Amino acid sequence: MDDKIMLAHGSGGEKYRELVKEIFLPAYSNEFLNPLNDSAILTGGEKIAMTTDSYVVKPLFFPGGDIGSLAVSGTVNDLAVSGAYPKYISVGMILEAGLSMSTLSKIVDSIARTAKEAGVQIVTGDTKVIENRGSSDGIFINTAGIGIFPKGRAVPQQKIEVGDRIIISGYAASHGMAVMAKREDLGFLPPILSDAAPLGDLTAAVLNNKNHIINAMRDPTRGGVAATLCEWVTTDTDIILYDNSVPVRPDVSAACSLLGLDPLFIANEGIILLCVPESCAESVLTSLKSNKHGEYARIIGEVRKGNAAVKAVTEFGSYRRIMMPSGELLPRIC
Amino acid sequence: MKYSIEDLIKQINFLADGAGDIAIMEVCGTHTASIRKFGIMSILPENIKMVSGPGCPVCVTSQEDISAAVAIADREGVIFTCFGDMMRVPCDSTSLYSLFEKGRDVRLVTSPMDAKKIAQENPEKQVVYFGIGFETTAPHTAALVEEADKEKIKNLSVLNSHKTMPSAIKHLLQADSKISALLCPGHVASIIGADAFSFVPDILHLPAAVAGFDAYEILAAILRILDMIHSNKTQCINMYPKAVTKNGNRKALELLYQVMEPDDALWRGLGNIPESGLKFREYYEEFDARYRFEIPKNKASDANGCVCAHILRGKKIPTQCIHFGKDCTPDNPVGPCMVSAEGSCAAYYRYRE
Repeated sequence: MDDKIMLAHGSGGEKYRELVKEIFLPAYSNEFLNPLNDSAILTGGEKIAMTTDSYVVKPLFFPGGDIGSLAVSGTVNDLAVSGAYPKYISVGMILEAGLSMSTLSKIVDSIARTAKEAGVQIVTGDTKVIENRGSSDGIFINTAGIGIFPKGRAVPQQKIEVGDRIIISGYAASHGMAVMAKREDLGFLPPILSDAAPLGDLTAAVLNNKNHIINAMRDPTRGGVAATLCEWVTTDTDIILYDNSVPVRPDVSAACSLLGLDPLFIANEGIILLCVPESCAESVLTSLKSNKHGEYARIIGEVRKGNAAVKAVTEFGSYRRIMMPSGELLPRIC
Repeated sequence: MKYSIEDLIKQINFLADGAGDIAIMEVCGTHTASIRKFGIMSILPENIKMVSGPGCPVCVTSQEDISAAVAIADREGVIFTCFGDMMRVPCDSTSLYSLFEKGRDVRLVTSPMDAKKIAQENPEKQVVYFGIGFETTAPHTAALVEEADKEKIKNLSVLNSHKTMPSAIKHLLQADSKISALLCPGHVASIIGADAFSFVPDILHLPAAVAGFDAYEILAAILRILDMIHSNKTQCINMYPKAVTKNGNRKALELLYQVMEPDDALWRGLGNIPESGLKFREYYEEFDARYRFEIPKNKASDANGCVCAHILRGKKIPTQCIHFGKDCTPDNPVGPCMVSAEGSCAAYYRYRE
């Protein structure tokens, strides 16, 4: 096996087959993928959920994860918060010539490991190689995912209602700060760990209880908690966030204040936000806490009658408006 | 016994009642951010207004300095380093961020010393650090240059856009102004000392309080200011004694003035303000990026009819400016009040419908 990716690895010829047989198949092996047909023929329920997402993260490896684990958990989580049970994913890769084979292997292993943890099978895939554009560490991944809806499972209508409680399943801002710290070489020690994780089991823990009504459920990735709340709020509601109630790990919080960043706007890859009627908020919390990814779940706000404002209210009664984030997040100087 | 935060709010309301309109200017970017973060405006009585002064170093950096930064960063063989939020400030539809996206080597740093490390690791490249900020960050830049000189690091230079706070405030508020009091910057004061702001009561005849940065500290300073207004006193009171002394940090100041000396400076939208900037002393001239890359300072004011100074003094509103909403927008700001999201012009622009 060559030690670097070459254009020939994407040509569909001998080298391509070698790549598939030696790198991909051993890692991903399952009954749907192994025949290597043009498409995988799957079994599933009556109603299915489908999603796709592309991953271009730099650096490829960061504390707590890598582009491979992210490519699986990101797509799996989009299915999970739709109320579906994640079942199959595809993995399409665009590699830059010059990428080292050991880097590719590490990422492929991570994809396989995360897929196993998430309970999904990798059923189809594709690989293309593009010319070296100078960095030699180029790898871009697209994953599409299919989820099924178990019989009787209620699908979140993704519409909030007055009186609802807003619940967060765990610590905010960890992923965004982990990647920023690594990318900008900020040198925090110990390094900040990303929270990237597949959350199908966490959403199942909530949805499997037939008494739970989930009005909305999202994974607050890019734009953070703030963006999700701004998307949820409707013309006749306000979302009131209890200031300081959003849990942030001490190291993440310190990094945010050092850099002048608001954790509410930082990306997450291992938490979900839920909007549920007050009557089942406590029971939903209990279900979340039964899962290892929901241990630190808590209520962070509520929905009131209003006019499309998201407000963070302090203990002493002042408030600030939370606006939809715009542009790239950059640390402030002062 | 220490007041609770609720007590402070009650007292503020008591003193504000019947006091007429009071405009308190804060001149520190972190104060502006804290006031927003803690929703201070939402609990102040209606007649008490906070006005964001020219205290955000990014917002007041002139077009002239940004175009110099862009010109240097766009050169082959240069690694350009700067603080994060500086990257996005536009200049003639380009910015350091757009150069970065284009593939130029523009790097975000959190300390000037990062630039030194980068210079040592890349001896074949010219590393440039964009020095911005007031007396809080200028001593760090001075330390960088002093070390680079001692260690004979030849591939490092600084685009010096540092400014000093007192002369700018004096210049801005000496003219006819509707500002009633000043919330003095705690970080700057920790370096230059609380006494450096005694010109506010002595020359400008306004009450002032040096304030810390949490909600309690800001409200306590506002209360002291209202108290002074109520009892007709003008003093500068240090409400941040845990970090600020009377005379400041002498060591930092000595180092700063060993390496730099006062100079005129261009402020975005405010024009040229005498003695409000810093330049390298002759001995350190070779570390001046303008000297090294032969980019002369264009001393012409880039204010062009921008009325930010009048807006900051409370004499005009943004819509009275000829640039507002036309060639001055958050994506292409002419004056500092449009760069900062908290600036009056940006707020007017956002809610203009």
